[in-house]
Amino acid sequence: MSAPVGGAAAVGGGAAAPAGDWTADEMMSVAAARALEDGTSCFVGIGLPSTAANLARRTHAPRLVLVYEAGAIGAKPARLPLSIGDGILAETADAVVGVPEMFNYWVQPGRIDVGFLGAAQIDRFANLNTTVIGGDYAHPKVRLPGAGGAPEIAAGCGEVIVIVRQTPRSFVERVDFVTSVGHGRGPGDRERLGLRGRGPVRVITDLGVLEPDPDTCELVLTALHPGVDAEQARPARARGDGGGAMTAPPERREVVR
Amino acid sequence: MSRRAALSSLPEAIADLVHDGDTVALEGFTHLIPVAAGQEIIRQGRRGLTLVRLTPDIVYDQLIGAGCARRLVFSWGGNPGVGSLHRFRDAVENDWPVALELEEHSHAGLANAYVAGASDLPFAVLRGYAGTDLPAHTAGVRTIACPFTGERLTAVRALRPDVAIVHAQRADREGNVQLWGLTGVQKEAVLAAERSLATVEEVVDELEPRPNAVVLPSWVLTRVAEVPGGAHPAYAHDYYERDNAAYRAWDAVSRDREAFGAWLEALRAREAVA
Repeated sequence: MSAPVGGAAAVGGGAAAPAGDWTADEMMSVAAARALEDGTSCFVGIGLPSTAANLARRTHAPRLVLVYEAGAIGAKPARLPLSIGDGILAETADAVVGVPEMFNYWVQPGRIDVGFLGAAQIDRFANLNTTVIGGDYAHPKVRLPGAGGAPEIAAGCGEVIVIVRQTPRSFVERVDFVTSVGHGRGPGDRERLGLRGRGPVRVITDLGVLEPDPDTCELVLTALHPGVDAEQARPARARGDGGGAMTAPPERREVVR
Repeated sequence: MSRRAALSSLPEAIADLVHDGDTVALEGFTHLIPVAAGQEIIRQGRRGLTLVRLTPDIVYDQLIGAGCARRLVFSWGGNPGVGSLHRFRDAVENDWPVALELEEHSHAGLANAYVAGASDLPFAVLRGYAGTDLPAHTAGVRTIACPFTGERLTAVRALRPDVAIVHAQRADREGNVQLWGLTGVQKEAVLAAERSLATVEEVVDELEPRPNAVVLPSWVLTRVAEVPGGAHPAYAHDYYERDNAAYRAWDAVSRDREAFGAWLEALRAREAVA
C-alpha cells in the first residue's frame, strides 16, 4: 500500500522531459500520480486528482482502479472527464452503482485504498476546508461548494493524499471550517473520533511534498520539486527542509497535454 | 394497488404537484438532471420552496437566482468542472434576491437521509460527520449510541420531500419509467417523496428490459411527462452528451445580476417545453 516517500524516486526510468518544458501544476500532478501504486483503488475527485489518477493509469499503474463518486467503479476514460459524472465514466466502468451504495458499501467500510482530496484551506494537521471562508457560517465572505463526498473519503479510505497549490491563503494556522478531518488537533484524535482510515499521509503541492510527522502529526516538508528551494516550498509555520529529497522531474511520457 | 401515474404535459404536472412553500427535490447526480422541470417551476413563479439536492448545479443556481427558494438542503453546490454557482453565492453572501437558509450535509449523509425516507424510517445511521464542523450547523445530524455495542455513530434525519422530480430515458404508456447509466439517488428520492414526477426523453409502447436499469413502476409515481432534451445541458445516457460548453457559458451569466436578469426574462418569455 505504501508508495515511495514523496514520490521522490523516478518511476519508470524513462526519458526526462526537457527542463522547463513543464509547469509547476504539471509537476504537482506528476508527483501525485507517482504516489498511486498499481493495482490499488483510488477515489477520485474532479480537477487535479482526476488528472493525476488518469496519468498514473496511463503510465506506471495500468491496473489502478479509479472510483468516481457519481457511481463508476473501475472507470477507464480515454480522455479526461470534465465532471465526475461524465458519460464516459459509466461506459467504461467495471461496475456502476448508486450514490447510497457508493458511500455505504464501498467508502465507509474502507474498501477504497486511497482517497484524493483538494481544499481551499489546509492547516498544519491537514484538516481541510471546502465550505466557507471568512465572516460567519450563515454569511461568509466566500461561500465554497461544500463537503460533497470529502468527509467520508477522509474518514474511510485507507489513506488520503491531498493536492493543493501552496499559497499563503491555502496554508493557514486554523481552517475557517473543518469540512474533512485530517489529523484533528494531533496524535490520537482520529482514533478518538472513530475515523478508521489512516488519514492524510502526504500533501503534494506545486512546490514540494509534505508529510505528517509520525510523533506530532504536523506536516513537515519532506521533498522539493526540481528548481524549488526549501524557503519557497515550506508553508509558514511548517518545519523541515526536504532532507535533500528532490522529486524526479517529469518524464516525457508524464507530460500530457 | 390500482394507482397509476398520469401522463401529462410538463406545465400541467408542475402546476398540479409543486406549490408555494413545498419541499421539492430535483435529483440526478450529474446525469439525467431534470433541468426543464426546474425551469418550468421558475416560469410558474413558485415562491418559498425548500429545495433539496445533493449537487445543486446550474438549474438550482437559476431557481435560487429567480427567488423561488427560501431554504436549500444540499451537500455540494458548484458548477462541476467550472467553479462557483454565483447566484447561490450571491444569495448566501448577500441575501440576493432573497435570503437563503442552508441545511448542509455530506453526500453520504444526504443520500442516507433519502434512504431512510424511502424506507419509512425516522433516521439513517452512518459513520460520518465525526470531527467536522457540519453537525454544529445542521439540525438533522445527531450522535447516537449503538444499542448493541454502545459504539458512537451518526444519525441523519429522514428526508420526506413533498415532491420529488427526476428525469429518465423512457416511460411506457402506463407510466412505468426506466432509467440507466449513473442512477444517483433518483429511486430513493422518488420513494421518499409524497408526490413525484418523472420527465422522460420518450414515451414508448413497450419498455425493453435492460440489465441494471432502474424501473420506477407507475404506481410509485404521480405524474410522467414526455420532455425530450429535458436534462440539457446535463446528459441522458444513450440519448445525448453533456453540453460542457453550456456549463462553461453559464459562469458569465451567473456572475452578473444584470446578465442573469436578462436570461430570466428570456426564459419566462419562452413557451414551456412540451
